[in-house]
Amino acid sequence: MSALEYGFMIFWYIIIIASVICYAMLDGFDLGVGALHLFASKDEERRIFLNAIGPVWDGNEVWFVILIGGLFAGFPLAYATLLSAFYIPLTCLIFALIFRAVAIEFRSKTPMRWWRNLWDILFFLASVAIALAVGMALGNLIQGIPLDQNHDYAGHFVLTFFRPYALLVGILTLSLFCMHGTIYLVMKTEGDLQNRIIAWVRPAMVFFIMTYAITTVCTLIYQGHMVNHIRERPFLLLIALGNMFIIADIPREIHKKRYGTAFLCSCLNIALLLVLFAIGTFPDVIRSSIQPETNSISLVAASASLKTLKVLTVIVAIGLPFVFGYGFFIYRLFRGKVKLDKMSY
Amino acid sequence: MDALFLSRLQFGLNISFHYLFPPLSIGLGLMLVIMEGAYLCTKNPVYERITHFWVKIFALIFAMGVGTGLVQIFGFGTNWAAFSRFVGDVFGSILGAEGIFAFFLESGFLGLLLFGWHRVGPKTHFFSTVMVALGAHFSALWIVIANSWMQTPAGHAIVGEGAARHAVIENFWQVLNNPSSVNRLCHVILAAWLTGAFLVLSVSAYYLLKKRHLDFATRCFKIAMVVAVIGVLLQGVSGDSTGREVARNQPIKLAAFEGVYETTTPTGMYVGGYVNAKEKKVYGLPLPGLLSFLVYHNFREPVAGLDQFPPELWPNVKIVFQTYHGMIFMWGLMFLGVIFGLVAWSRKKIMDSKWTLRFLVIAVLFPEIANQLGWDSAEMGRQPWAVHGLLLTKEGVSPNIQPGQVIFSLVLFSLIYLLIFIMFIYLLDRKIKQGPDVGEAEEYQHQAYNVSTLNERP
Repeated sequence: MSALEYGFMIFWYIIIIASVICYAMLDGFDLGVGALHLFASKDEERRIFLNAIGPVWDGNEVWFVILIGGLFAGFPLAYATLLSAFYIPLTCLIFALIFRAVAIEFRSKTPMRWWRNLWDILFFLASVAIALAVGMALGNLIQGIPLDQNHDYAGHFVLTFFRPYALLVGILTLSLFCMHGTIYLVMKTEGDLQNRIIAWVRPAMVFFIMTYAITTVCTLIYQGHMVNHIRERPFLLLIALGNMFIIADIPREIHKKRYGTAFLCSCLNIALLLVLFAIGTFPDVIRSSIQPETNSISLVAASASLKTLKVLTVIVAIGLPFVFGYGFFIYRLFRGKVKLDKMSY
Repeated sequence: MDALFLSRLQFGLNISFHYLFPPLSIGLGLMLVIMEGAYLCTKNPVYERITHFWVKIFALIFAMGVGTGLVQIFGFGTNWAAFSRFVGDVFGSILGAEGIFAFFLESGFLGLLLFGWHRVGPKTHFFSTVMVALGAHFSALWIVIANSWMQTPAGHAIVGEGAARHAVIENFWQVLNNPSSVNRLCHVILAAWLTGAFLVLSVSAYYLLKKRHLDFATRCFKIAMVVAVIGVLLQGVSGDSTGREVARNQPIKLAAFEGVYETTTPTGMYVGGYVNAKEKKVYGLPLPGLLSFLVYHNFREPVAGLDQFPPELWPNVKIVFQTYHGMIFMWGLMFLGVIFGLVAWSRKKIMDSKWTLRFLVIAVLFPEIANQLGWDSAEMGRQPWAVHGLLLTKEGVSPNIQPGQVIFSLVLFSLIYLLIFIMFIYLLDRKIKQGPDVGEAEEYQHQAYNVSTLNERP
């Protein structure tokens, strides 16, 4: 592989990691709001929750399509191997995605109580399931999945996905999104409801910090390969350190009523965690748990051809400025507190 | 049953169910642009009511489109891993472009369309409607290009051997502008416009029959009728052009469409009929020489029959003959609907033409059925190839999946689709029966509900 090709490949890998970060930062808060949905007991409060995420969740979810599509385009071998290996778990994830996509629309169309309760529960379950599944997929990528010497999947069709470490990363992701969603809701609500949600911040943070600590310890003990790069280049430790400070800053910002800043800190926290993930797994795109030195699928092995990478780069160079442009425009329009009116959901 | 057959069944189920909704979003998107545009130009509040009503219907349809569409991005990887490895280089970049150029546009501005009524002025709101409609059209553009590349691959090179054999991009412009892209894109977009227009026609015809919301319904009827007339006529031209394109690039597919087992001069076309695959004969009502005329514009040249090709490359003639003729039959019904509708319009009172209105109420099914049958013909007519001439469908299936896994997902997909489809129809029906004026009453219900829960607060 030539230096030019390698450069384009790294660029595309960065784009995919950036999509994962955008997805987690954006869809993360609306999944979090979904996971908190049942904690709001009254219909009006639930409607405020839904209207807080209503205008943006659809666009947020596109990042998921982008990252899967980006994998398909840039690293076809990784896409094909990963998706066919986790056939059953991903099928269940798809079911959750279907229910979540229609839940807000279906729920609001009629005011009957049983109907709304049904969709509230489905919305909650789907949000939790998606957060868990996304985290577990990352957990599996950290730990590695059983691949034989032909890079073909050699694991169990269900149980491999649910290994304890992956489950732990799943729970970490759920706790992260819950915290993120709570902070988002603090930002979008006012009055009595806001005060009650502010009280949720502390338990949400405790939940997150506990799972984070446990996951870190387990990673150091069982997934030592994740820290190889950091061991070789100690300055990378600054990322983890900076992350600690950012997490510690969140309660301070909430206390000082700077909710926007608190939300930004939470976004940055998610981004840095994923940067640590990317550093740890590099240069593999799918690590093999059997003989990782030979059986893993490296970025180089999975990469698309130079021509494709160039085409993709042009597409991204034209498209992304627009995506960020109107994304920014729409988020700016819907900034401020949620108010229910005639056309609300 | 093996994993290959089950995977094909599942892909067909997923994509067919999904494809009930995107044409509606595209067509209704165009209708919304016209409706809201009419409001901006005339400032007549009835157009505002029309827009509000159809935006609610649009939101419901769009949600179904998103929910069922998310399935597709996984479908290639889960069941068709070998296909994904083979085409990833070419196909993936087109799908990526779809995400970046189309999905962000429509999903982003959809938020503004649904939630932005009081946040922005009427012009900015109209702009967001246009962007959503444009995004929906863009998504059709990219996905039809991707599929057309599978029908008539171009601009690629094949590298590697054995399991590593795959297609890479040589010339991206040729990949995009492959021989069938433009024809098929026009065909699909026009079909989507018809789908949207006939939905609006059907609902307005229903109101006119019931003598409800007369001003609202008459205006919707007229807007939709204009789009439907244009759509039906252009679709006739597009269908002809697409047919000739298939004759040029996939002659075996055209032969299967028409059940041409033997090459004869001139080649005829069947209005309808029954294919006996064993005897290699079609029993039906033939129009002599018509196929030659349609393809070559004369009655002399024969159209290549299936006998010119090895039987192992034949698609399932029995099925594609019926789906293809069914599609054309549906176009005929739409054409009739449009004629009846125009006659009714030319009379003073549209609502007196009871039988026309009844026909138009059920006419919403015609474009939907035509969409389904058209895609069945296009995809099954390409068999046994997944990518025409390059990769057989049986070579594309994931090597490591077991039939049991696919049965599991297939059964659950079917159940979930059935469930949400029933709910979708229930909500759609409810919304239509409520009509455009019930917004306030519904709002009252909302508030009453909230007040009662507010009182429970300790």
